[in-house]
Amino acid sequence: MKTQRKVVALISGGLDSMLAARIMLGQNLHVEGLNIFTGFCVQGHTHAIRNEHRKKQKRNDALWVAEKIGIKLHIIDAIEAYKDVVLNPKHGYGANLNPCLDCKGFMVGKARDWMEQNGFDFIVTGEVLGQRPKSQKRSTFPVVARESGAFDRLLRPLSAQLLPPTLPERAGWVDREKLFKFSGRSRRGQIELANDFGITEFSQPAGGCCFLTDTAYSRKLQDFWDHRPDRDYELDDIMLLKVGRHLRLTDSWKLIIARDSGETHYLNGYRSKFAHFAITSHSGPVTLVDGDIPDADVEMAARVVARFGSTRDAESVDVCFTRSDGSQHTLTVLPMLPSEISEPWYV
Amino acid sequence: MVRVDQTLDARNLICPMPVIRTQERVAMLDTGQILEVHCTDPGAIVDIPAWCRVHGHKVLIAETHGDESIVRLEVCD
Ligand code: SF4
Repeated sequence: MKTQRKVVALISGGLDSMLAARIMLGQNLHVEGLNIFTGFCVQGHTHAIRNEHRKKQKRNDALWVAEKIGIKLHIIDAIEAYKDVVLNPKHGYGANLNPCLDCKGFMVGKARDWMEQNGFDFIVTGEVLGQRPKSQKRSTFPVVARESGAFDRLLRPLSAQLLPPTLPERAGWVDREKLFKFSGRSRRGQIELANDFGITEFSQPAGGCCFLTDTAYSRKLQDFWDHRPDRDYELDDIMLLKVGRHLRLTDSWKLIIARDSGETHYLNGYRSKFAHFAITSHSGPVTLVDGDIPDADVEMAARVVARFGSTRDAESVDVCFTRSDGSQHTLTVLPMLPSEISEPWYV
Repeated sequence: MVRVDQTLDARNLICPMPVIRTQERVAMLDTGQILEVHCTDPGAIVDIPAWCRVHGHKVLIAETHGDESIVRLEVCD
């Protein structure tokens, strides 16, 4: 009897990797999914922090995909290892701080490690030739295969017929004739294929699979790096860049001001780790202070805090300031006027 | 009384970390053992049961009390 070959599919949660895994299932292979968590991934939940996104179902898209097509999914914590990719990308960044080519090599490399540890035979990804200008083109595909160490055990089923045959094709583990030749940015072919598979619902994150492609996020990350002695970061640091208004009034500290009750709820979880402001005389957002705020700056910061929320037109607002050591004092301040808020403060 | 073999504190972890920690802990347990996971990320109550379903583990309870959720699962083959 022919041995059933085992394939590990990198699952991002989007349509392309879902199709790649689904194609393999149609070729009588044993398929399991792998999702790599770098800390920058766009998750349904991250969006759901804000009130306006709260109605959206909170779910992990990769798990949802796995359940839809009926495969196991393993989620890998790659936060630490990914730092080197984002801090020192050999191939540089894309339009924002997205190190896509290094990132793909890293992710396929993780899949290769997993494949070897678990006795699997090859890897599939949802990459499509020409879909992304820098990281998914004919010249970069071999780079990913080589730098990940996967070499010709890396198959891209959606564009396979446009690429040299890989080991799984040559060895007859998969039927190359039943693979595809999608290329370019148009999604028409993939959507038709999804229809053929009866896949009617799928997630299509705009702009990419992670926050590093986002201009506003990248600006905040760059500002964070510019104001630290080194560029190292913790998960909390990069998560907080996704939330709130960030206003940097001086080089030594910035304010993170919740924009709604969803963000206030989220930032409340960080109160024990950060100095913070809370408006006590009126309702208003919670505000974290990132950095060391000298006593002389506390009143100015409190006036900015009072400017946001329902207190903006009040004549005096009580703001409680809690230092990171837990000591507190309340200030009564006049909210800052819009004309006093300097545009460059907004990160 | 409900039997719980191990408890995992995944409070204050942001998704998907509660799922990753659950996955790691389950890998150390034997079939039939019961794990109870405590979490505060609102996504965990959806994701941990989804992870259990794709891996064939049995979800015994998944409920939210205030800001905290509890998922109790039985490790299956
Ligand atoms: S968009 Fe983000 S996750 Fe996707 S390849 Fe680029 S850097 Fe990696």
